[in-house]
Amino acid sequence: MTIAVIDYGMGNLHSVAKALEHLTREAVIITRTPDDLRNASRVILPGQGAMRDCMGELERTELTGIVQEMLDDADKPLLGICVGQQMLQQHSKENGGIPCLSYLSGEVKRFPSDMQEDGERLKVPHMGWNHVTQHHQHPLWEGIPDNERFYFVHSYYVQASNDADVFGTVRYGDITAHVATGRDATFAVQFHPEKSAAMGLQLLANFIRWAP
Amino acid sequence: MTLAKRIIPCLDVDQGRVVKGVNFVGIRDAGDPVEVAKRYNDQNADEITFLDITASHEGRGTTLEMVSRIAGEVFIPLTVGGGIRSCDDIRALLNAGADKVSINTAAVTHPEFVREAAERFGNQCIVVAIDAKRVSEEGETPRWEIFTHGGRKPTGLDAVEWAKKMAELGAGELLVTSMDRDGTKIGFDIGVTRAISDAVDVPVIASGGVGNLDHLVDGITQGHADAVLAASIFHFGEYSIDQAKQRLAEAGIEVRR
Repeated sequence: MTIAVIDYGMGNLHSVAKALEHLTREAVIITRTPDDLRNASRVILPGQGAMRDCMGELERTELTGIVQEMLDDADKPLLGICVGQQMLQQHSKENGGIPCLSYLSGEVKRFPSDMQEDGERLKVPHMGWNHVTQHHQHPLWEGIPDNERFYFVHSYYVQASNDADVFGTVRYGDITAHVATGRDATFAVQFHPEKSAAMGLQLLANFIRWAP
Repeated sequence: MTLAKRIIPCLDVDQGRVVKGVNFVGIRDAGDPVEVAKRYNDQNADEITFLDITASHEGRGTTLEMVSRIAGEVFIPLTVGGGIRSCDDIRALLNAGADKVSINTAAVTHPEFVREAAERFGNQCIVVAIDAKRVSEEGETPRWEIFTHGGRKPTGLDAVEWAKKMAELGAGELLVTSMDRDGTKIGFDIGVTRAISDAVDVPVIASGGVGNLDHLVDGITQGHADAVLAASIFHFGEYSIDQAKQRLAEAGIEVRR
């Protein structure tokens, strides 16, 4: 049993690997070797930085096909984190428009820079701890109270087009962002469970146990 | 249902040891950054900042080891600052488990470094530390300048303009420290905090001068800061993070409990 963190050159993979190592005796590997990924029992798709670079690096490291393969494998749980969630959608408006993996049909948009709340200007990136409202039940929410706070840092957010894909939302200004989306053996979150203290670790522990 | 304002305790670390006394009941080794970080985590700190004040280059290895140990046990965001001059420095810290790095002097001597770092690692992990000092006289329109070398060396750069430039170059967050107030315990310089926070889109962390919990409230309500950073009021056990959050909540500020 091995959990593989997909290393396509973008993002901080070490935080998530450390959190997983804290939770399980299973092997946790950071890898870009196709066979390692195929042999792993579950995989994490992290992501940080600009969408153009994330999709570009995935292509350059020749991992796009492997990731597609794993998304289609109903026996292999996959957890997307941050830009990893955004990459699963159809399209992102970042960098002038970038086609994504199209596993889910959502679109990735930017928070407007002129949002206000109670007369206070809202900053972008949306950075810090915000409440996540659970939208549908899911095994990954087990033991996590509704409206629990998780740690976010992002300027772009997912707008899903299919309600059945949405498992959690966050409210920022007048935007409702779809911050937990998934289908079948795939679940993806905009927030950072590896940095969200006890409840973040709970979500990761749920992922480690998840048998879709 | 609102984004919480953040409370960030800061550890000053020299060669892998916390300096400036830490006084917690029940802590075995108050000099061990891991124990101190865990204690802050238990008190519901929203993030932890680790300022490396190690002067020697050789001490750097110890710092990386310490970051790695904290990141293996504390699962909230960890920012590391102090002496960061290159993308290799950043890469090493991120690999050790840091989530963000705080760039200070190198941003002043080489602003393009901020752009380069943000492009390579993403804006989300680049914090630019702005050390500002008031240069206007009493009665004049307030003006602040950037100072380096612990507030001793003026640069002639206007602090608000500089903040805007740093955000444009890719800083994901700004850590604004008043060099006039740092260590004074008389409260943040509200003027500079607010002037910068209102001028940029990115979140601002207020720093320098906290002596009591009302100062934290003022930094947010009057200074418009998105987060407040303090060292000594937490280190010396005067107040816990929980108490600080209680005080903020009483003032009507959204906090994570």
